[in-house]
Amino acid sequence: MKKLLLSSVVIIVGFVFISRLSYLQLFSFSPNQTLEDPAIKAIYDYPERGYVYDRNGELLVGNQPAYDVMVIPREVQPLDTLEFCNLLGIDKKAFISKMKRARTYSPRLPSVLVPQLSKEDYAGLQEKMRHFEGFYIQKRSLRYYATNSAANVLGYISEVNERDLQNNPYYVAGELKGRTGIEKQYEETLRGRKGVKYIQKDRFNRDIGPYKAGKLDTLPQQGKEIRITLDKALQEYGERLMHGKRGGIVALEPKSGEILAMISGPTYDPALLVGRERSRNYTKLHYDTISKPTWDRSILAEPSPGSPFKTLNALVALQEGVIDTSTKFRCYNGFYVGNTKRGCHCGGGMRDLNSGIYQSCNAYFAGTFRKIYGKYKTTDEGMDAWEKHMKSFGLGGYLGTDLPTGRPGRIPDKAYYDKAYGDNRWASSFIISNSIGQGEVAATPLQLANMTAAIANRGYFFTPHVIKSVGNGSIDPRFTEPRYTTIDRKHFEPVIEGMANVYKYGTARWVQVPGIEIAGKTGTVENFVRINGERMQLTDHSVFVAFAPVENPKIALAVYIENGYYGARYAGHIASLLIEKYVKGEITRKDLEKRMLEKTLEHEYAKPYSGEPFKINEYVW
Amino acid sequence: MSGRGLVKRIDWISVFLYAFLVFIGWINIYSTTLSNPDGSIFDFSTLYGKQLFFIIISLGVIVLVLFVETSFFERFASIFYISSLVLLVGLFLFGKTIAGATSWYDLGFLNLQPSELAKVTTALALAKYLSDIQTDIRNKKHQLYALLIILLPALLILPQPDPGSALIYFSLFFVLFREGFPLYYLGILVIIVVLFATTLMFGTVWIGIGLGTLTVLTFLFKRKSTKIPIIPLSIALVLSILFSLSVNFVYENVFEQRHRDRFALWLSLEKDKDKLEEIRKTIGYNTYQSEKAIESGGFFGKGFLEGTRTKGDFVPEQHTDYIFSSVGEEWGFMGTTTVIIVFSLFFLRLIYVAERQKNDFCRMYGYGVISILLIHYIINIGMVIGLLPTIGVPLPFFSYGGSGLMFFTLLLFIFLKLDSNRLRDGL
Repeated sequence: MKKLLLSSVVIIVGFVFISRLSYLQLFSFSPNQTLEDPAIKAIYDYPERGYVYDRNGELLVGNQPAYDVMVIPREVQPLDTLEFCNLLGIDKKAFISKMKRARTYSPRLPSVLVPQLSKEDYAGLQEKMRHFEGFYIQKRSLRYYATNSAANVLGYISEVNERDLQNNPYYVAGELKGRTGIEKQYEETLRGRKGVKYIQKDRFNRDIGPYKAGKLDTLPQQGKEIRITLDKALQEYGERLMHGKRGGIVALEPKSGEILAMISGPTYDPALLVGRERSRNYTKLHYDTISKPTWDRSILAEPSPGSPFKTLNALVALQEGVIDTSTKFRCYNGFYVGNTKRGCHCGGGMRDLNSGIYQSCNAYFAGTFRKIYGKYKTTDEGMDAWEKHMKSFGLGGYLGTDLPTGRPGRIPDKAYYDKAYGDNRWASSFIISNSIGQGEVAATPLQLANMTAAIANRGYFFTPHVIKSVGNGSIDPRFTEPRYTTIDRKHFEPVIEGMANVYKYGTARWVQVPGIEIAGKTGTVENFVRINGERMQLTDHSVFVAFAPVENPKIALAVYIENGYYGARYAGHIASLLIEKYVKGEITRKDLEKRMLEKTLEHEYAKPYSGEPFKINEYVW
Repeated sequence: MSGRGLVKRIDWISVFLYAFLVFIGWINIYSTTLSNPDGSIFDFSTLYGKQLFFIIISLGVIVLVLFVETSFFERFASIFYISSLVLLVGLFLFGKTIAGATSWYDLGFLNLQPSELAKVTTALALAKYLSDIQTDIRNKKHQLYALLIILLPALLILPQPDPGSALIYFSLFFVLFREGFPLYYLGILVIIVVLFATTLMFGTVWIGIGLGTLTVLTFLFKRKSTKIPIIPLSIALVLSILFSLSVNFVYENVFEQRHRDRFALWLSLEKDKDKLEEIRKTIGYNTYQSEKAIESGGFFGKGFLEGTRTKGDFVPEQHTDYIFSSVGEEWGFMGTTTVIIVFSLFFLRLIYVAERQKNDFCRMYGYGVISILLIHYIINIGMVIGLLPTIGVPLPFFSYGGSGLMFFTLLLFIFLKLDSNRLRDGL
């Protein structure tokens, strides 16, 4: 025992050491450790972020230099603090606290003293800078916006956070990343790839030469410029028209699915989210929970579509063969569901397809809807057929655009009603509101515009998208494949005729555009809101979908104005102005334009918050 | 004595392993202290050049030792021992302070550390005392004398302060155990260490519960025939609990915060993860950097002169106490295991050599040599790979330092010289 004691100690210790070493060097070892190694510093060379142009090659987003005043605390010499503060435009107290923070972070590493000076401030500071030892100016690149509109489409960039760093090893703290819009969607294209140089450091953080003689270093790859499908002029004009109004507008080019304009009201100037005021502005926008300027109503709002939806019901009925163009229904200034009467504003009388559309007769479409369901033995089967047709128009599901957000809208199916009412406890009368675009159906303005484009194309559409070209390359082929609806081409003509008559004789005869034949459909959507637990009805939403010209359509659009009252009142006017602007390039009806630019609906939006009883749907301008 | 006979009789295996360790050690010193790759290895302004110089000096020491008459070491052991004690006392008057410890004499060309010398002389003195025909290890009085021989230099070194070196002397207990010192002393020592650590980790209450359960289990599962000495057992129990309580008191009131931090780190006493990490990176900075450097070596290592953390001088004291981390980073798992295996073989060979001695003095001295080298190796590598708290002792034959290398060489080759003489009668 006593002879073996020391030998056993030697052997046991040897085993313990080797196990500990295998834990350290075999199990804890990660081959990908160059970045964690404090002895190796990566110095990055950032390429310029790609520019963004509109469909006509007009610059939308570029870059601007910004100048950070940096400080290396231990190199600072005694200085005239007052003069320096005046130059920087900060007060002495802020200066002292910033210096303290920089020193706490590291006395020998640079910290930002004053971020993002403008070009003007920089010019004044530049020549005096050499008097202040330990301070220097570092140039950075910020986004520059050549337009004050399209914030919802362009999106913004901001510094990466902890989660981004964990999810994507490419990013390093302090880098910028696209957060919304195309900045997010085309992040990698716009960003390019940063170049990296590895430097060997000692523990005092001094350079002692390139790491591995620069074998691992890479060159930066330039970010690509992209062209998007927006029409800068149309977008800007649309946003001006939306002044003081809430809602969404989407305009498409039917023959390509390209998004010409995508407007959400209220919106904000994209330049607000750049530079020194960024954080304050963002907070202000983000916490405006009543008008929600950062909420993109053109793709996120899902209201009931209202009467424009009638056109689809007509198409489905034609396709199913339950009506033809001469099928007539009588309107009793309304229609009956059981013993209850539902109203109609069309004026009453016998309605066929054409006048049903242009007078927007509720009774006609309730009848049509009943006929669709009447064709099938059970409501379930009818529901399935109806749902299949509706979904083929891109409703009730994500459209698959190249925007990072979106909503699916809703086309209710039998499961939806089974859940709401119980299995077999509902019939077509329960869901008759869907015939006129009220009830359970819901669609985003983008979906409405897309549906209109499908009608304009007589039966197919392209997935709406904002990318036009990347560098010199082509775009994702899924945007150039037509998607066919389940409705035969021949059924579109009578419906389009009805829609054209909306302008000639119907609900929108006051908003004609001289020289352009437009097909459209008004919508007036009842809506309710719950404030402090009290359900109240507000002034109707004003909806309008249209495309023009009727033959060879160039633009299809949906305009959705919250609480704008009847369809032709706001939405119709705005739609007609946008069409005229896009097709003709100029506006002939100056007085209408002036009225639309100036009118606001703020008084409507204030009503439910006034705390007093209010009237809705008032005929006052 | 003829030189030819010496060449034949010396234990070449030990010599070869020694040379291998010195060589590998120098290679790593070269890597950690290299700043100008074009410089000559004989450039004595560099640390690796200096170490090469010390290696040559050590060769001189070896030659000197091998040609000295064998009996010289035994005959003068007491005088050597007393002189080194005098040197240690002298430090209080004439010592030179380096890094807070007054452990050196300034000899101009070299800083002499008498605690290194005392390791050799204490091993010799202990061997001489124990091998004396009149000494009986079972006699309590003689046990006490033997303990005094070991503890006297340790007590003189402790206030320098150099607790690391003082700790080394305790390794000589292995010599005592080999020579028949009752093993239960070792048992008591182990129990004390375990009680100390477990009290810090779990608290006295759990120690009490644990010991109580153990006692009950012993009574439950004992064989009918076995009689348990109830009175000594209860005394041991009470003493353990009292000791456990005193640990808490000592830890909270006698230890300073820096000591507490080291224990907190070593035993992971701090429950707050962030705080523990904080301690790891501040108090445990050396160990943290050293572990990271070793870890980053992986299986194959980064290659000779390619260690980024070694080059960047991230591990403090890397050419001295933390030299093993450079092995870990540049030579990887292959390098570290090779070094561990070579060291183990070296110790096993020395144990074998010690056991084959016919002369008691030689064997006891041999055990002294092995114990001293082994404890350095255990504490140093244990610290560098994060198994033991930070205690500053060098890695024998590896770490930079002329004084250290010379005395380790002296220590070893006196033994090899004694061994070479084993087949001759007398000394």
